[in-house]
Amino acid sequence: MRSSATVLFVAFSYLALLFVIAAWGDRRAEQRRSLVNSPTIYSLSIAVYCTAWTFYGSVGRAATTGPSFLLIYLGPTLAMLCGWMLIRKMIRIARAQRITSIADFISARYGKSGAIGALVALIAIIAIMPYIALQLKAITVSYAILTQYPDQSQPQLSLSGFMEDKAFWVALVLSVFIILFGTRHLDASERHEGMVTAIAFESIIKLCAFLTVGGFATFILYDGPTDLITQASLLIPDISHRFGLDQVPGGALGWFGTLILAMLAFITLPRQFQVLVVENVNEQHLRRATWLFPLYLLLINLFVIPIALAGLMGGAATGEPDNFVLTLPLASGLHWLPLLVFIGGLSAATSMMIVETIALSTMVSNQLVMPLLIRLPSLHLDRRHDLSGWLLGIRRIAIILILILGYLYHALIGEAYSLVTIGLVSFAAAAQFAPSLLLGLYWKGACRTGAAAGMIAGILAWGWTLLIPGFAQSGWLDTGFIDNGPFGLSWLRPYALFGLEGWDIYTHALFWSLLVNLGLLVGLSLFSRQNGLEQTQAALFTNALRPEAAQAAIWQGHASRYELFMLLSRYLGDSASRRLLGHTRPQPDDETPATPEMIAAAEHGLTGALGSATARILINSVVRGEALEISSILSILDTTSQALEYNRRLEQKSSELARIGEELRSANERLRELDRLKDEFVAMVSHELRTPLTSIRAFAEILRDSGQIPDEKRAHFIDIIVRESERLSRLIEEVLDMARLESGRMTLKPTRCDFNELVHRSVDTVTRLNEERGVELELKLPKNPSWIVADADRLQQVLINLLGNANKFADEHNPRVVLTLTPFKRSYRLTVEDNGPGIAEAEREKVFEKFHQIEQAQEQQLHRTPASRPRGTGLGLPISRGIINQLGGRLWADHGEQWGGACFVVELPQAPELVQSESLKSRVE
Amino acid sequence: MRSPEQSRLLALTILGLVLFSPPLLLLFDQPGIADFSTLSGIIFLIWALLILGAALILERHHEE
Repeated sequence: MRSSATVLFVAFSYLALLFVIAAWGDRRAEQRRSLVNSPTIYSLSIAVYCTAWTFYGSVGRAATTGPSFLLIYLGPTLAMLCGWMLIRKMIRIARAQRITSIADFISARYGKSGAIGALVALIAIIAIMPYIALQLKAITVSYAILTQYPDQSQPQLSLSGFMEDKAFWVALVLSVFIILFGTRHLDASERHEGMVTAIAFESIIKLCAFLTVGGFATFILYDGPTDLITQASLLIPDISHRFGLDQVPGGALGWFGTLILAMLAFITLPRQFQVLVVENVNEQHLRRATWLFPLYLLLINLFVIPIALAGLMGGAATGEPDNFVLTLPLASGLHWLPLLVFIGGLSAATSMMIVETIALSTMVSNQLVMPLLIRLPSLHLDRRHDLSGWLLGIRRIAIILILILGYLYHALIGEAYSLVTIGLVSFAAAAQFAPSLLLGLYWKGACRTGAAAGMIAGILAWGWTLLIPGFAQSGWLDTGFIDNGPFGLSWLRPYALFGLEGWDIYTHALFWSLLVNLGLLVGLSLFSRQNGLEQTQAALFTNALRPEAAQAAIWQGHASRYELFMLLSRYLGDSASRRLLGHTRPQPDDETPATPEMIAAAEHGLTGALGSATARILINSVVRGEALEISSILSILDTTSQALEYNRRLEQKSSELARIGEELRSANERLRELDRLKDEFVAMVSHELRTPLTSIRAFAEILRDSGQIPDEKRAHFIDIIVRESERLSRLIEEVLDMARLESGRMTLKPTRCDFNELVHRSVDTVTRLNEERGVELELKLPKNPSWIVADADRLQQVLINLLGNANKFADEHNPRVVLTLTPFKRSYRLTVEDNGPGIAEAEREKVFEKFHQIEQAQEQQLHRTPASRPRGTGLGLPISRGIINQLGGRLWADHGEQWGGACFVVELPQAPELVQSESLKSRVE
Repeated sequence: MRSPEQSRLLALTILGLVLFSPPLLLLFDQPGIADFSTLSGIIFLIWALLILGAALILERHHEE
């Protein structure tokens, strides 16, 4: 039953079945009755995570390092639990931007940078190649055991014997499968429904196979788990200690490190990205996958410990722990079960290789080869009519090369590694994408240089702490540097970098590589600036789950429909282009411009096939004018800030208006005040005019009505009438003067005159008045003429007014007035002082107010001399001050120095010398 | 901003991480049947409960 022929027949029949299933899946997809559109199929396809490493390696790991095998599955369980936030976000971004691989994803996040994409693709190839080799090794080993049992010697691998190695043929068949179902067409979504159907089927096969072996070991070989454990503890000494935490490498810390490692790798492994994100049809499928996939993991691990225990009890018959799954049924002499196990292992290995190869070939063609070819001018790719053939060709060659490389790796160095080591080494390399990927999803500030430097440094640290020592332990290098450090530098020992000892090698490598990776990413991001496209992409990525993040078409240039169509059909073929651009094939003379939506659709289509960086270059080649550059997007953002600026200006304006309003209000208030003063003035003037008018009228009526008035009395009355009339006209004259002064219409005729002479003339005028009251006037004048420039008449009016006031207010019994004229600095000072009661200091300015004197007079009337008449109009002083001010001088009231009475001071500037000499000249002439 | 569903899943993830991490983990590492460590058994139990929790959160909400 286990002849080579049978095994080979069964194995290749199984592969043929895969072809059939995949073809069926693709047919259903074409008929729009997709099989893949089911959350269960999606969950099962994620189980591509369980490779031959899980299938054979878990038991080996459990037998040697206790429960640590569980970590590889607990990590993904935790990642899946928060997948509804994290993975859904990635799915949404990938769909919006037509992203087809993790390299494309990270490159798109950092401004569609081609360099980042190439870097990720390179790291992925380095990290995953050993992993593919691991699958081939599992196939070779399991085939050898199955056909040669009980001989369990490792098959000798060499390149010359590859024709004998079944793994080579399996790889060959797989490459045909992958080319058929992985590169059948260049779809914008890069979805492979047939392949996913086949992967889901393989997941069921490997789970069934493993559960069958587990059930057989637990319930047929032994009577259930309790019996198994009791027997094991009796048979194998110390077995009870093999499944505690102390068996885990690195203890509790190693446990935690491996948990984190598995969690990160689950998201960043290229094949997981492919099935989780790229092959996802509907993000709602993630709901079921969130619990169904962890359940799958739990089930496939359920019998790991029983199989390990049963295998350990098998002794020599079961051999190496890595092979227990196969040797256990073989040792029991069964025939069909080992074959089922072999198929299960084959399914685990092939599913991983299929998905991983598709993911890697997409990266190689889109991130490494096509960007180079398009930039190579000698190839004239831009002139070729149909490039879709090229693209598929490149991808097919990449698939074959990847599998050949994997095979070479397996044939040359695969022997040296145990299954588990390779797996975890790959995990640690893939985890280097995690900082750029995860931080990029949640932190807008993460920038390109930081991501590139972080990944490069991380992968270097990984190489030094895991890969190179691994090579050394395989016997490829001298192992001396592991214990002593290179060149005797002990702080550079790869398993104890900087003296960090006592950790297991994976946690140690993960710690250092992630530390430099994250440190550089964050540090450089904080100290560098993103360009416009990077900022936009960062915003699109971090806000992907927000409802408003629906992507707008951001192309604004002009491209004719025909050109756009030709570009698309060159890369995607005719039918795909027609689907993207709306079913009609434009004619060559069609000059209608393509809508921005069409350009965006074309970019999405090309991104799906070629990666975002390349698609951008191509679209730019046909879009005339500016394909909306990021600067213009930023200027759209700027309009917002412009609105803010307008707003600010408006605020400024309104505060200005408020200030002007305030000014207007205060001006209005001042006007009201002036209006009130004017009303008062009019009222006072009317009052003043009425007083003399009343007495004139009264005496005139007496004279008219009573004819018998003695002449003496009549003369007295007429005298009063004349005096009151004079007073009246003087008052009117003063009111007119006042009005002229206030309106600025008083015109003065300044001439050169002698102040002394003016004083004499004025004194002459008031002499009669002085004599009437018996006022003794004393003059103190300088001997020389005091030349000033003034309107002589008006100045005389002022002097008479001042003398008149002094006359009125001087002491009643012994009235005395003194007038002094003295030069003071560059002017003349004239003071008129009386020996009256004086003016209180508070009153001194008030006497220059209009009609002030009247009130005072009224007070006097009330309190002291009710019979006496008002002694002036109350306009004299204000008018005098107005005149003196107009003449360029000053008039103020002061405290009398001689008698302490009222003292008025006039100060007028001296006439300039030049004018004096000129006028002298003119006088001589 | 987050829906209650998302908050619950996030809490479940953190709960899982705490339960699977050292301080609590050390409590699970006790001798059980035939002196075997109970660690693996308890982890499987917690694992199953986490899956149940996630299924309840996501599927119930979904049917609403």
